[in-house]
Order: sequence, then structure tokens, then C-alpha cells
Amino acid sequence: MTDKNLHTKRLAWIKTGVFFLALLPLIKLVIGACLDALGANPIEKITRTTGYWTLTLLLVSLTATPLRLLFKWNWPIRIRRMLGLFAFFYGSLHFLTYLVLDQFFDWSAIAADIVKRPYITVGFPAFVLMIPLALTSTDRMIKRLGGKRWRWLHRLVYLSAIGGVVHYAWLVKKDLTNPLIFAVLLAVLFGIRILYRSIGSMKPVFTPVKRKTSHTDR
Amino acid sequence: MNFSTPKIKSSEITPRDIYQARRQFMQLTAGVAAAALWPGQLLAGEKLTAAKSLNFAEKEELTPYDKVTQYNNFYEFGTGKDDPAAYAGSLKTRPWTITVEGEVRKPVTFDIDQILKMAPLEERIYRLRCVEAWSMVVPWIGFPLAELIKRVEPTGKAKFVEFISLHDPAQMPGQRSPVLNWPYREGLRMDEAMHLLTLLTVGLYGEVLPNQNGAPVRIVVPWKYGFKSAKSIVKIRFVETQPVSSWTEAGPNEYGFYSNVNPDVEHLRWSQAKERRIGDFLKRPTLPFNGYAEQVAHLYAGMDLKKYF
Repeated sequence: MTDKNLHTKRLAWIKTGVFFLALLPLIKLVIGACLDALGANPIEKITRTTGYWTLTLLLVSLTATPLRLLFKWNWPIRIRRMLGLFAFFYGSLHFLTYLVLDQFFDWSAIAADIVKRPYITVGFPAFVLMIPLALTSTDRMIKRLGGKRWRWLHRLVYLSAIGGVVHYAWLVKKDLTNPLIFAVLLAVLFGIRILYRSIGSMKPVFTPVKRKTSHTDR
Repeated sequence: MNFSTPKIKSSEITPRDIYQARRQFMQLTAGVAAAALWPGQLLAGEKLTAAKSLNFAEKEELTPYDKVTQYNNFYEFGTGKDDPAAYAGSLKTRPWTITVEGEVRKPVTFDIDQILKMAPLEERIYRLRCVEAWSMVVPWIGFPLAELIKRVEPTGKAKFVEFISLHDPAQMPGQRSPVLNWPYREGLRMDEAMHLLTLLTVGLYGEVLPNQNGAPVRIVVPWKYGFKSAKSIVKIRFVETQPVSSWTEAGPNEYGFYSNVNPDVEHLRWSQAKERRIGDFLKRPTLPFNGYAEQVAHLYAGMDLKKYF
């Protein structure tokens, strides 16, 4: 890692690899849809799959900071934006599946769901909260907002992740195994952050855009 | 590990026209004593001869065999929809007995082969509505549960019937996790159990019930959500007080004792106003009592169905 070019090269490889890995669930769904291999209830299958990967990728993006705290790895943070955007991408597919395939624009049914079905009451805002994060993910937006405000805004992702896990737990009829796994992983990821913060060894928070001077770095 | 029974080849699925021709043939020959033709052991997939066909789903299209047998809720084999088809191969449906006990004059343990010969088998085409807001149309084979009930002579104290499913984690891998309090229990009021639509079911699509559909014997109560129709039954108990169903125990505010299909009773997870017929894209409105109001609504005359959901 001493050779800077090599480092950049490796990161490029990691990024490419992660990009295609993150795309894989969608590719599998598309192939399944073309071959009519999504089972008896394809719409349910698409909803489940896109929801699962939204939550998984959200959690993976939330491992970047703990990995830096625990092992001093910085590279995960360099792919965090891509992971977060993929989470948003799958979240959007999940929402669109519900809107178009499941409800077919039945607005009154959708409104009733948001009010009456607790898992949707919590899932809907969890998705909506991801929109401003996706919109402000560009370098230009980071610069415009300034690191401090940007970081504050992007803490909303914690709410989205919690909302997503609760959404999953409230959705299942009885077998809570999978939602509980997500809940435990999320608790661990939060726990590491809190632990480091409380023992005061938290390194200065990562600044997404490198600048020689800024208000926050002074 | 996959214990699945071999997937049905498309070449083995009876084409609809032949199937329907067979049905007409059966209607013509109604009354043939099918019992005499049966072999001693009837295992999943073997042909079953049903004496007549009664269509209670009007002109609605049958849900294809592979969907009926590969998309199931049968938590004894796992909570995923494809788990039953994958893991139900480990269920042994012979030997099999059903013990009838409780408030009856003639408590008895029936062998499954006695059940199969108890009354003429009929084919009944019913809509099946799952509480998860999907539905199917299934050609079941069986006979009215009333036939069995009459034979055991319930006493005046018998107000409810309780159905108890097999509890054997060695054969039913899903029972190794405490998703529900095993064994699975369901119940009906006496008049519901005696209703002619309530079918003691041993087959579907002209053959012996596949394991994942509740072999060797289950009930089908077409005007209630699917979970009310207990599968792989080993015990039928006649009781005086209303039994507690497994799902009611798991979620009393979600799954009531009656669980009649009702588009007007909201559910915590699914709007019950509409349903998706498996194979359809657009949802269709759900009918009160799953479209069987004409036959069963009188059972609930004067009852507040929002309270007794």
C-alpha cells in the first residue's frame, strides 16, 4: 500500500467488483422474470428480494465506520457512497414494485396501507428518508452543504436502517428469525460506534471531500 | 439437503381438455362404486377416482397443478412458501390413523384406508383464499366431513370440533423451531363442521393429496381463510367449549376463531379488501365468505362479524 498508484488501482478493482456484486440480485431477478422462474407469486418474490437487498446493502454501508474504528481500514469508506446508492436503488425498486405491480396505482389502498398497516407506516418513511441522502450524495452537494451539515443530514440513514428492520419484523407473520438477524447486526454496528464514542477514542470523523482548510477542520 | 419429491414433468400434467373430458365422463358415470376399484395403498401422486364433480368456483379458471403444489403455507415444513414442496417428502402417510374422541358415543380410531372408503369421493372445485391476500382455485377430492361425524354420533355436549395435526419433528422439520405451539390445532363450530361445503379431503387434481398439501387427510373449509383448514390430521376431538386454534394463540388480535373471509374486517398486515389470484396481475375484490355467502351466511345470522372475526 505504499505505492499510491497501486492503492488507487486496487480500490478501482474493489469498486468494480462491488458494483457487479451489488447488481447481481437484480440480474438474477430479471433472468428469473424472463424465464418465468420466480415461482407461483412473482410479485411477492420481487418485493421480497428487493426489500431484502435494500436492507442488506444499508447494513453493509453502515459497516464502513466500524471497520475503520476497529481495524483502521479506510477503503470501505471509499465505497460507502456506492453501497448507499445501491441500497437506495433497491429501495426504489422495492417501492415501485409495491406501487405498480402490487397495488397498480390504487392510491386509496396505498393510503389505507400507510395508515393501517404498521409495517408500511414505518417502512414508507424509512424509504422516503433515503431520498434526500441520495440527492445529496454528489461531491458538489457535499461541498455546497459543508462537511458538518452533510454529516448531520446523513445520520438520517440510521433512522432508515432502524425503520427498515422494524418494517421487516412487523411484516412477517410469525417466523422472526431473519428480521432478528438484521436487528442484531444493526445493534452491533451501532454498538461499536457508541463504544468508541464513549471511550473517547473516536478519531475525527471522516471528511468526505479532502480540503486543505474548512470550517469544520479547523 | 433437499428431500423433495421429484418435480412433476410437464408431460405428466393432465392437459385441461383431457382433464375436463374425464370430469364429464365421471359425471355421466356418477354412482359407480369407486371403492371396489381402489388398491390397498394410495400414496401421493397416485390416481384417485372421484364419483362426481361439483364446481363451486363457477367459471373461474383452475390454478395450475404446479402452483397448487409448490406454493404452500405449511409451517410444519418451514415458513417459506417453497419449503413444503421441498421438505414434505419426509412425511410418511402410511400407516396413518385418525383418532376420534371426546363428546361422541362411538369414539374410534380410523385407519386412513377406512377413511378413504367411508363415503363416495367427490371432486369439489373451491376457491381458496389465504389470509395473506392471495387466492387459488383448487379441484379437491373428498367427502363432506359430516359423513364422518354422523358415524361417531356426537353427544349433546359436542358444540365444537377440534382438529389436531401430526406432531413429529423427525418427519416435519419445521416443527424443530417453535414458530407455533405444536401440534397445529384448528377448530370449527359444530354447525360449520356439519356444513356440506366442509370437505374431508384426501386428494386434488384427480390424485392422492401430495404431502405438501396436507396428506393424507385434511379438511377444506372454503369460506374461511386457508389456515382454518387443518392439514395432516391425526386427531379429531369433539368438545363443549370453543377450542383455541394455533394461530389464534399466536396472534389473538389477528386470527380469530371464526376467520371467515371478510373484506370488511381490517387486518394488521394485509388489507382484506382485495386478493391476487395466483397467476393474475391485477387484484380482484374479495367476496364476503369467499363467495359462499349464499351457502353459509345463515350460520352467522345476528352475529357481529367484526367482533367475531
